Amino acid sequence: MANNSYFNRMNETNTIRKVIAASSVGTMIEWYDFYIFGMLAKTISTQFFPEGNSTAALLSTLAIFAAGFIVRPFGALVFGRLGDLIGRKYTFLLTLVLMGGSTFLIGLVPGYKTIGIAAPLLVLLLRLIQGLALGGEYGGAATYVAEHAPANKRGYYTAWIQTTATIGLFVALGVIMLVKLNMSDAEFNEPWGGWRYPFWISILLVIISVYIRLKMEESPLFAKLKSEGKTSVNPLKESFSHKANFKMVLLALFGAVMGQGVIWYTGQFYAQSFLETKCNIEFGQSRTILLWAIVFATPFFLFFGWLSDKIGRKWIMMAGMLLGILTYRPIFSYFLEQTDVKQWNAGMSFTPGEEVIKSDTLNLKGTNHIVEKSTRPIVFADGRSFVQNKSDTVIIDVHNSITKPGPVTYTNRHLDQGTYWKFIGLVFFLILYVTMVYGPIAAFLVEMFPTKIRYTSMSLPYHIGNGVFGGLVPFIGLLLTTTYPKDPLVGLWYPIGVAALCLIIGCIYLTNKIDKDITD
Amino acid sequence: MNILKKILGVVWLLLAPVVIYFLVSGAITHIDPAGKKDINNPVIWVIIILIFTPIAIGLMIFGWYALKGEYEHLPEKSTEI
Repeated sequence: MANNSYFNRMNETNTIRKVIAASSVGTMIEWYDFYIFGMLAKTISTQFFPEGNSTAALLSTLAIFAAGFIVRPFGALVFGRLGDLIGRKYTFLLTLVLMGGSTFLIGLVPGYKTIGIAAPLLVLLLRLIQGLALGGEYGGAATYVAEHAPANKRGYYTAWIQTTATIGLFVALGVIMLVKLNMSDAEFNEPWGGWRYPFWISILLVIISVYIRLKMEESPLFAKLKSEGKTSVNPLKESFSHKANFKMVLLALFGAVMGQGVIWYTGQFYAQSFLETKCNIEFGQSRTILLWAIVFATPFFLFFGWLSDKIGRKWIMMAGMLLGILTYRPIFSYFLEQTDVKQWNAGMSFTPGEEVIKSDTLNLKGTNHIVEKSTRPIVFADGRSFVQNKSDTVIIDVHNSITKPGPVTYTNRHLDQGTYWKFIGLVFFLILYVTMVYGPIAAFLVEMFPTKIRYTSMSLPYHIGNGVFGGLVPFIGLLLTTTYPKDPLVGLWYPIGVAALCLIIGCIYLTNKIDKDITD
Repeated sequence: MNILKKILGVVWLLLAPVVIYFLVSGAITHIDPAGKKDINNPVIWVIIILIFTPIAIGLMIFGWYALKGEYEHLPEKSTEI
């Protein structure tokens, strides 16, 4: 008798491990596919969306913004409905094939120079398919795992799905860095150069993942509903036109996912962009800061998922939002202070490197203008360094010459080891907040909705929260920085404001009670 | 707590049109065909306003439900949904 129960437990554990592996690997690959496009956006735009062509510029804008803002929520509706009608397994198999196929094909599209406007049109179409597939994937994977998991471990098991977005980012960063390190910039940016490799690699990953997923069974809860003929006839109508369910969709969005989306985006993407563009830290250091922080923080997705099974989901998520609200400005302000090269110059001896000057002569209205662009590396005794860039213009006419000094910029800032590790620690904290809000949220969403419309009901708020509220962080940041240029941290008020609003709604309207029975 | 939920419902109801107003006025201020930044691009503003308007309407409905006391008791079983 005791042996039987032991073997049953072993079987259950083996099954759930396979379920988690099949779901997580596929979802991780989908995130990888979605991210590489964004990370290689600069190269992609030169290959497919050349400057000066207004149609290509329009298509580029649509590829970047429409894929995240419109198509992802639309994909949530399309595939959520399918998942509630035909089942979880085949739906998230389809999203995986669509995502992998379109990513691979982006890597095969000839550039604008070869096939003209067809190139950006094809890339736009494939990017929109990517957005659509991503919209359908997450809800399926989270639902599938949750519907296999025992009630007392639902948070922990679904947290494996929650690690995939961050691991996908890690793999995307790692693959691009590996390819870049093994070739010159020119080779990487060639029309059929290294930038295409990350897209081609995707197809291998997808084939493996499809093979694993094909061997899986349908979710037991959905299979039971189907065998009893109790599946929904019209999941969209039941999700959004029945007041009792629609009010829960709204509560999920405004009380949890909206805040989670901005915390998620700020911790992982805004931080990286801030280190690269505002702090001007050199490429290698800024990327490895994020990579190390991800390595240290990722296990906490599982920890907070596990903890949510013990103490409830709500307060962990709310604490993550509160920490973001309170510490974002001090942390980002510290990044700026530590990379301010004027302070470096004041306190430490340094060795100026050899100045390299490039001159271009222009003749404007009969007057010669010589533009002198100089770069000079400055290296400090403690290992810090940066490159000083100057661009002076010498105007020469018949009588005399005048030098107009241009702006001085400081790029490729390299941190000393102590500061580098402090930055890793702070980015770790930013991602830790992500693990707090994101780790328990799959279980939280699954428990809010009934089985027959679960896929549809949870997918839409998730993708509006992450795709729209999270995806708007850079745009609203730019809008605020342009409107209030004196404060370099003004862009943070958007994620802080949205997280604060969500925190208030979540604290007041959400319950911390765990729904043990999700079979109904 | 239930009274607070209802009172805040009015705030959510009013917040939605304020968000739409700021988005539209932001678009009018920043759209500039000669500009090169994202915030000067009319297509982006159209996409954002198109996607945000239904979300803001959703916030209004959320406020309306809160005001009517729909969130005083959250469903505990699917039969309640």
